[in-house]
Amino acid sequence: MSATEDHVAGRPAIDRPAAALATASRVAPPPRHLLFWLAAAGLGAALVVGLRMIGNEYGYFAGYFILQYIVLASAWNILGGYAGYVNFGAAGFMAAGAYTAIALRKATGLDLLPGIVAAAAVAGLLGLGTGYLTLRLRGVFFSIATLCLAVVLQTLVVNWDYVGGSRGAYIVRPREVPPFVSYGEYMFVVMLVLAILAVGISRTVELTRLGRGLQAIRDNERAAEAMGVPTLRLKLIATTLCGALMGVAGAPLPYYSGYLNPEAAFSLAYAVNAIAMPLIGGAGSWLGPVIGAVLLGGLQQAATVTISSALNLWIVGWMLVIFVAVAPRGILGWFRKRT
Amino acid sequence: MSDADVLLRAEGVGKRFGGFVALQGVDITLRAGERLGLIGPNGSGKSTFVNCISGDFAQHDGRVTLGGAALNGLKPHRRARLGLARTFQLPQPFNSLSVLENVRVPLLFSGQSGSATARAMHCLEQVELAAKAEKLPRELTQVEQRRLELARAIALDPQLLIADEAMAGLSHAEIDQILLLLRRLNAAGTAVIMIEHIMRAVTEFAERLVVFVAGRKIADGEPRAVLSMPEVEGAYLGKQ
Repeated sequence: MSATEDHVAGRPAIDRPAAALATASRVAPPPRHLLFWLAAAGLGAALVVGLRMIGNEYGYFAGYFILQYIVLASAWNILGGYAGYVNFGAAGFMAAGAYTAIALRKATGLDLLPGIVAAAAVAGLLGLGTGYLTLRLRGVFFSIATLCLAVVLQTLVVNWDYVGGSRGAYIVRPREVPPFVSYGEYMFVVMLVLAILAVGISRTVELTRLGRGLQAIRDNERAAEAMGVPTLRLKLIATTLCGALMGVAGAPLPYYSGYLNPEAAFSLAYAVNAIAMPLIGGAGSWLGPVIGAVLLGGLQQAATVTISSALNLWIVGWMLVIFVAVAPRGILGWFRKRT
Repeated sequence: MSDADVLLRAEGVGKRFGGFVALQGVDITLRAGERLGLIGPNGSGKSTFVNCISGDFAQHDGRVTLGGAALNGLKPHRRARLGLARTFQLPQPFNSLSVLENVRVPLLFSGQSGSATARAMHCLEQVELAAKAEKLPRELTQVEQRRLELARAIALDPQLLIADEAMAGLSHAEIDQILLLLRRLNAAGTAVIMIEHIMRAVTEFAERLVVFVAGRKIADGEPRAVLSMPEVEGAYLGKQ
């Protein structure tokens, strides 16, 4: 039957959505936000209690190490996993957060918690600036630009005497931080709260229209724009969130180690892990970076205490090669394919 | 045609790529609910014109209005919200999202997020893709992907749909399917600009025909009259 014949036969014309009274046959269930936050708080409390019962300071160190990467990987995933813009400059954003905390401490004497807020603001603004790069740069060109940003930041910090320059900066650790049993536990709890917040933000992004818009951008930016998605605005939100959370991951770093120099703050390990962890866990899902950070962070800690920390990047490299060959969509993608 | 009847008005639209003039001084007006066919040889500027209207390209000269609202300088997503939808020469689905989610995207960003799933399903029912709502776009046939493009366009509740070679590569029966959907959309009040090389589809669908050659409009009128014009035959069909 031709189109004309059908039209003449008087079949109903297409209803425009504004006038349609339709019932969805498959309506997705509403996301369970409260359940997530309660489960995260319960798991966090169990971790704190469990480590306190073990009573070993190394447990706090290893936990901090892994949680820091959960924040970093979740932050990377918002831009790289959801929107498909690969950020090679994670170390730069993290260092921006760390040095913001140091500068704030030196200028005002304010402690870690205000430092985290300031780090989020500064690294978020840096992220916002990076977002404007997406006006001109996509794909590998955007990635190279973020890498260059990290190099420029490192050069600035090396030549900024106020925060120690190339010599580095010291922060004196307090002996006691009541009600915590040790400074290690305090830092662990701080990073635990930040990790829960980062994962919660990442999950919220994924389950809201912001996440859908970013996924549309990742799949086809031109079509997304034609479908009414404000691509630039969403990318700016994503780069700002990504930058702010990376800065948050870095802010406690000088407080934890008591000393920070540019070489450590801009370490290649942060940039590599920030990308490898979501890819191995499953990019584009809030759970993927968590799985990747726990797996890779745990393996690196095991290597550090049994062999040498020099093996850490070697492990990450091999894991990436294995996953690219066996499970290119990461652990989550591998399981979804099999179910 | 009075101003009240005009949906789209393009005046003196021009576009250059470096030294190459792709479009020059193109004037086109379109009534609300009109079916316009846009034809011309490859490289004549049809897609460039469409991209200028949809906002993919910024035109160098001229002025475009939709429903009286100036489009110049507006991003494509702002034009989409004003009621301008388009499909692409090659289907451009969001490949990692299900068919249903593909249609939900425009609804989420057009102030209908509260009922987006129900409305998306309704759009899919209208293009007879509701049964494949949970599939990924790569699992659809070519004509189904074209229908998905139309479902996304319907979701925008458009005043104007630009169908850019929406029937390229389809069989005779599949072309009829797409024509049917375009006619039904048009019957609901949406004006359609059809850019097409398949003359049967254009002549069957369009009530008015515009011909482009070398970036200029050379004819505009009733399809049969336009196709019999010597300059159209010469330029488009290659006759002397």
